[in-house]
Amino acid sequence: MTQRRASLMVTCLGDLFFPEVGVSIVRLLRKLGVTVDVPANQTCCGLPLFNSGYHAEAAAVVRRTVSLFKDSEHVVVPSGSCAWMVKHEYPGLLADGALARESEHLAARTHEFSQFLVRVLGVTEFTSAVPGRVTYHDSCHLLRGLHESQSPRTLLDKLKGAELVPLTDADECCGFGGSFAVRLPEVSSQILAKKVANVEATGADCLVACDAGCLMQMGGGLTRKRSRVRALHLAELLDGDR
Amino acid sequence: MSDGELATPFRQRAGGALKDTFLQEALTIATTKFIGLRREAFAGFPEGEALRDQARAIKEATLQELDRHLETLIASVERLGGHVHYAATSAEARSIVVDIARRTGARMAVKSKSMATEEIHLNEALEAAGITPVETDLGEYIIQLAHERPSHIIAPAIHKTKGQVAELFSRELKRPAEPDPEALTRIARGELREKFLQADLGITGANFAVADTGTIVLVTNEGNGRMVTSLPRVHVAVMGVEKVVPSLTDLMVFLAILAKSATGQKLSVYTSLVQGPRRAGELEGPEEFHLVLLDGGRIAQIGGPLREALSCLRCGACLNVCPVYRQIGGHAYGYTYPGPIGILLTAMMEGTAAVKDLAHASSLCGACADACPVRIDIPRMLIDLRREVDERKIAPWTERVAFKLLARVLHHPRLYRLAARAGRLLQRPFADDGRISRLPLFFSEWTRTRDLPPVASRTFQERWASDKDLRA
Repeated sequence: MTQRRASLMVTCLGDLFFPEVGVSIVRLLRKLGVTVDVPANQTCCGLPLFNSGYHAEAAAVVRRTVSLFKDSEHVVVPSGSCAWMVKHEYPGLLADGALARESEHLAARTHEFSQFLVRVLGVTEFTSAVPGRVTYHDSCHLLRGLHESQSPRTLLDKLKGAELVPLTDADECCGFGGSFAVRLPEVSSQILAKKVANVEATGADCLVACDAGCLMQMGGGLTRKRSRVRALHLAELLDGDR
Repeated sequence: MSDGELATPFRQRAGGALKDTFLQEALTIATTKFIGLRREAFAGFPEGEALRDQARAIKEATLQELDRHLETLIASVERLGGHVHYAATSAEARSIVVDIARRTGARMAVKSKSMATEEIHLNEALEAAGITPVETDLGEYIIQLAHERPSHIIAPAIHKTKGQVAELFSRELKRPAEPDPEALTRIARGELREKFLQADLGITGANFAVADTGTIVLVTNEGNGRMVTSLPRVHVAVMGVEKVVPSLTDLMVFLAILAKSATGQKLSVYTSLVQGPRRAGELEGPEEFHLVLLDGGRIAQIGGPLREALSCLRCGACLNVCPVYRQIGGHAYGYTYPGPIGILLTAMMEGTAAVKDLAHASSLCGACADACPVRIDIPRMLIDLRREVDERKIAPWTERVAFKLLARVLHHPRLYRLAARAGRLLQRPFADDGRISRLPLFFSEWTRTRDLPPVASRTFQERWASDKDLRA
């Protein structure tokens, strides 16, 4: 395999709450012969500010993120929503010439994690770190923003030691939606309750998603119920054979 | 926080809806059915995707020259012997219809289902003028009996179970009614038959109006629309100005996708094309025909941020797939048009301040934009409304300060790292076995129903900086 370089955009939720996801990604990519770097001083992609309508503030965060990754060959992102933000919203937020062009360049080189494995590296065979039945939830931005439903399923389908079982209404929102989860917590929680019920009905040991926001919401719902189902990021599952 | 404190009126209404077990049952059954039927209808219709693009393109092109198309429509209707009225506001539209009713000596009006007449609150105005409005669409008939308003754009009584409808009929019509849809429909049909014959005035909306031919198009399933447009002496159609389409050829594109998106039918049971009043030698039809063109905030948006919403066909597909609508139903939104598109239409009609809370009644999951037959980017416009709410300082100051603070933290890595350390320190009393189940103050909004992962003892970037193994 030719030597490739990739920068990890760990994202705020990944950095603060799910550092093991980043660790798994680094290990996996390295095993695949990719040279991984992590540009220092990362914070957030700006999506929470953007979604709530604070666009001038989001643009300031976007500007510094674009400069952080300006020399990256590829940028790998563990969350579909953050990848969508970079790919779809960055150029529009930066009206000024040079940086806007830079952001378009960044958008083209940015990949959600499962897409990077399947569509860029072309690797699909891994061994599960958590043997058993798994089910997959389609995160909204990955599915409807980046139009990706296949890459994660391909990886899970071929995963040694894991059996992929279908999730009813897998394409329905988990109720996270960023600040939505705390602005309308009752509505958010009821959407979550339906998701959790569907997850438990699969009989899976493990619920997989490719977005830290959804994992925070669904994981929080599952542990609150003392469910036997664990919510994990795809990278944590693929990182078997350590 | 208990219910009530800090909660916005919208959040309180939504909370009430979540506790209404009848509503929950009715919503789950109906929206699930609609979603499945729509999916099937398009699965067997590969040309659907291209037609959706085409429909959107026709809407865009029509908006581009709306004045010209409206002039053509007016000329066509007048050529047929009809009268056209223009209403800048809901109040103007109401008084136009009431004046027609008075002038023609109308005492009873039968109505076919119409969101435009709901939007202008026509029934109340008619009643105040001593004219009895009778809704003849089954769903509308149900909610009129119940003294309620529609909770869905195409299924106005979606919030009621058949048991509730049976109870309502028994009580209001003073006759025993079984909770069987067919039997209930038979009762309504019997009640309505004589109203059709008594009414002087027939009032409809319009799904489309064809400029070239002056044709008013009604897409219905119950046949009541045809009786409303043919039996009474006078027919008044009320439509938003954006409903005009240039030609019958354009109309065909919309008819191919509308029912599929709305009810999942290939075509609706009745597609009625009505042209002006009864002509010499014709056996049926009204003596007078009036078309009321309603602006109501629409024209200002042709060049405004909500322009895309003017392409809406009122099919209701975005409501059925919306996770928020599916939990709370239509009434909680508080305005005529519920659901994701309803938030945009409410902003159009009532102004941005009216939707300061509703603009956040979406997880931005994008299911609405996906289901929309003309691909309206609803999430994008909701975000733009949020921005306007922020920029015009309509949002509460506490929220604006919090987000500006967050922006500061995300802009400065040193503050970000400091915040991580502060989080770790402050969470100590609450973290238990790798999860946080109970937090005070605002944070309880999350932890009341969900656990929160604690801030990691070492963030990923801290590990990257200090672990040589990781970096190697």
